[in-house]
Amino acid sequence: MLAKKQGHVTVVEKLCKACGICIALCPAQVFVAAPDGRARVADQEKCTACRICEMHCPDFCVEVEEIDNE
Amino acid sequence: MNALYENYFRKNLPHIWCSGCGNGIVMSAFARAMEQLGYDKNKTTAVSGIGCSSRITGYLDLNTLHTAHGRALPFATGVKMSEPEMNVFIFMGDGDCAAIGGNHFIHACRRNMDMTAIVINNHIYGMTGGQFSPLTPFGKKATTAPYGSVDPAFDLCELAKGAGANFVARGNVYHAKQLTDLIVAGARHKGFSLIEVMATCPVSYGRHNKMPKPIELMNHIKENTVSLARAAKMTPEELEGKVVNGILHQVDGKEYCQEYQNLLDRIQGGGK
Repeated sequence: MLAKKQGHVTVVEKLCKACGICIALCPAQVFVAAPDGRARVADQEKCTACRICEMHCPDFCVEVEEIDNE
Repeated sequence: MNALYENYFRKNLPHIWCSGCGNGIVMSAFARAMEQLGYDKNKTTAVSGIGCSSRITGYLDLNTLHTAHGRALPFATGVKMSEPEMNVFIFMGDGDCAAIGGNHFIHACRRNMDMTAIVINNHIYGMTGGQFSPLTPFGKKATTAPYGSVDPAFDLCELAKGAGANFVARGNVYHAKQLTDLIVAGARHKGFSLIEVMATCPVSYGRHNKMPKPIELMNHIKENTVSLARAAKMTPEELEGKVVNGILHQVDGKEYCQEYQNLLDRIQGGGK
């Protein structure tokens, strides 16, 4: 069986403009909104490294690194 | 910041665009396209006109030209004529390209010079406060059309096709991965390539049209887009109001710089 892909997400806080796109588009609900609306990583374990957040972040502040499970 | 962005972007971020602006998504799609294309940064020029989208050249770490309103294409033509080996990308907004630079646009399409024009269509003049542009859809509101625009919009892709562009494609910021592929295909195509990108402007367009949140505009794009394959199976009634995505037109015509070189060779070689 194929090993499930896993990723590590980081949000560069000083670049985030609280648009909420990553929070809404993430299929695994990795992000939550902080009180100021900016994205916070809530559940790192759920990330499947699909990079949808990285591709749709207009402010280049979400970064995904694929974790090598082998 | 990841290595890709560090390679292609200057160190002057955050950018000036509003929260949820589609320009950033286009810019990161372009960075990924550059990575796939493998172009030398010193052999690549990005040219832009005036407007929010045209700020892209201020953030890209390439040879860049930020020019007069609507005149990005003439400047790019000059760059390409003097340096035919240069890879030229042009970034324009919908107002910049279709209104102020409309004449330049059709003639650049006709001339078919090997350049790639990326038109970021957010359906509005964002920087000047939300006036309607020639690409604002019929009935949509703007600050200068508070009851809805009564102007029919241009179909930019059909216009480019009619004017003679050899590669015409349409993408959007929701389908960001496809957008990268379209930019790559457009850049590899020899001749004038147009990539129209449906983008979001939550502040000047969305707010007037009951979609103030960036994600609402993103979902609006998603719901109104159909792929070329699906559009082929749909009736004209079903296609009403939908936007067709993909490579809409691709032919191999005579490329201007090559034809010019052929002319020089012929005359300098003593021919007539």
